[in-house]
Amino acid sequence: MEPKKVVNNKARVIPGFGLSLGVVLTMLSVLVLIPLMSVLGYAFRMTPQEFWQLITRPNVIGAFGTSLLCSLIAAAVNSVFGLLLAWVLVRYDFPGKRLMDGLIELPFALPTAVAGITLSKMYSTKGVLGAALARLGIRVSYTRLGLVVALVFVGIPFVVRAIQPVLEGLDRKYEEAAHMLGAGRARTFFRVVLPELMPALWTGFGLALARGLGEYGSVVYISGNSEKNGTQVVSYVIMQKLNAGNMDYESATAIALVLLAVSFLLLLFVNILQVRAARRTRERGA
Amino acid sequence: MYYVQMEHIYKHFGGFCASNDVCFGVEQGKLAALLGPSGSGKTTILRMLAGLDTPNSGDIFIDGTRVNDIDACDRGVGFVFQNYALFRYMTVFDNIAFGLRVQKRPRAEIRERVEELLRLIGLEGLGRRYPNQLSGGQRQRVAFARALAPRPHLLLLDEPFAAIDAKLRKELRSWLREMILRVGVTSIFVTHDQEEAIEVADQIIVTNHGRIERSGTALELYRDPQTRFVAQFLGQSEALDDVRVLRGYEQYSGQALLRPENVRVSGGPDGAPEAASQPATVMRCDFRGGIYELTLALDGTPVTLTTARSGGLPPLEPGAHVGVRVRELFLCQGDRVVPVQAAG
Repeated sequence: MEPKKVVNNKARVIPGFGLSLGVVLTMLSVLVLIPLMSVLGYAFRMTPQEFWQLITRPNVIGAFGTSLLCSLIAAAVNSVFGLLLAWVLVRYDFPGKRLMDGLIELPFALPTAVAGITLSKMYSTKGVLGAALARLGIRVSYTRLGLVVALVFVGIPFVVRAIQPVLEGLDRKYEEAAHMLGAGRARTFFRVVLPELMPALWTGFGLALARGLGEYGSVVYISGNSEKNGTQVVSYVIMQKLNAGNMDYESATAIALVLLAVSFLLLLFVNILQVRAARRTRERGA
Repeated sequence: MYYVQMEHIYKHFGGFCASNDVCFGVEQGKLAALLGPSGSGKTTILRMLAGLDTPNSGDIFIDGTRVNDIDACDRGVGFVFQNYALFRYMTVFDNIAFGLRVQKRPRAEIRERVEELLRLIGLEGLGRRYPNQLSGGQRQRVAFARALAPRPHLLLLDEPFAAIDAKLRKELRSWLREMILRVGVTSIFVTHDQEEAIEVADQIIVTNHGRIERSGTALELYRDPQTRFVAQFLGQSEALDDVRVLRGYEQYSGQALLRPENVRVSGGPDGAPEAASQPATVMRCDFRGGIYELTLALDGTPVTLTTARSGGLPPLEPGAHVGVRVRELFLCQGDRVVPVQAAG
């Protein structure tokens, strides 16, 4: 029997529940809640009819479709690719491993506009990769495919960094046990290893998805922002409303509000999946 | 003919020699223990038998077949890992059924076999639980059943009791022995606990520094350990620098190891000392619950001996004069030891 846990306030590193909660709430208010509330405030200056008319405009609906579709695809691609990358980094030793590990964060550090311009040049029909792909009849820049490429680029670190620690902590005995029982690689991976990684994978997926939904800098250059080609994203439409010529705060915030609501629902759903996947790892009792 | 056999196995990990000319055999249906201090190479031997590690040289035979080049999953070996390595995202039922599903057995047969094993391990009705809803002892039973499900010819267990608290351990030891005998599968387990090995195993294989020191039944090893390491590792023993201080051993010389249970004390309050005993003085007499631990000084020498005295007798006072006789001891000749009895 383990001894009962004794709650000892002096043993806590950060002092005072009241004080720390106060600091947290203040920071949350200043950084998150008040800006979000002002979005609501601006948006509600419109009448419901105006609001509805705005968000049901074809270009707005189209932008939502593009944003959602591309971020979902990018997050899915990232989940597969990120898992593979994390696996290689954790399970193998090779020269340059540390360097590769360090490069994972580069998409975070790089200004997104720089990434966007670089990617759009590289994948344009005159670019290094784009020219080769164009010969195969695949166009990347100024299409939805380009959008996905940009979102994969900015989202990959989330998945890798979410999975890496879990994979490092995963005892190889599980795989050995499966092997001893005669399981092949595929069965061992899908039935034994993957369930262990699913909670982290959902976390990474959710983070990459959230980043993709709101992404602006890296996508505006590569997407071409054409309503006709369906490459306008929501954040671009919002920025359009804020162009120097016709500042339209109300419309911008109204669209932002809907984006916020959609993102919230999606992330909530991903979170539920994550919690369900993690159910079995919790220890018995509490 | 041995059922499981290792011949001249060498295994290196970098510069570290984990197995150094390992040779031993286990007969069919026997329960053997690989016993040794940590780092003595016992788990490496187990993993090589399983096929999870490959020896650098030497041969491994199971049931007369050389298995060096046979993949772990084709050796017909069951393995119980130290921390069980139960699949956390599968129910108890699915854990046990895993090896059968891999073999694509019919559903009805799988169900029947799993139910049978659940009955065997006494966890009927818990098939739908998840491993984290079980106690440590129950998890061990599930790991045992999972390894047995595909009917292996050989069962290997790595420190099967290490993750269980001391009280339960004793109970599980006899349970495991009984189960293995009932199933009749040849089994080898790893332990660093001599008491565990003596209690559970038919045969004990003592490892030290990557070598096999000795293999035999617990009684054989205890009576005739042959090496100094085994004499000191199995049972209690005390080293004596010069054997000639003891009466009855004057014709020998050099170091000796003696077991407390071979030191006989007589005289004092219990009556007259035995005829062949030599005088000694009681230094300490500490009650240990059931027995007293007795420390004696041999009169006229700086030598002290320890032995046990029944807790049912009155304690001996320090300073009391008694007679001591060592019935048997192990004479050291380098790393070898030879059992010798007192003359006369």
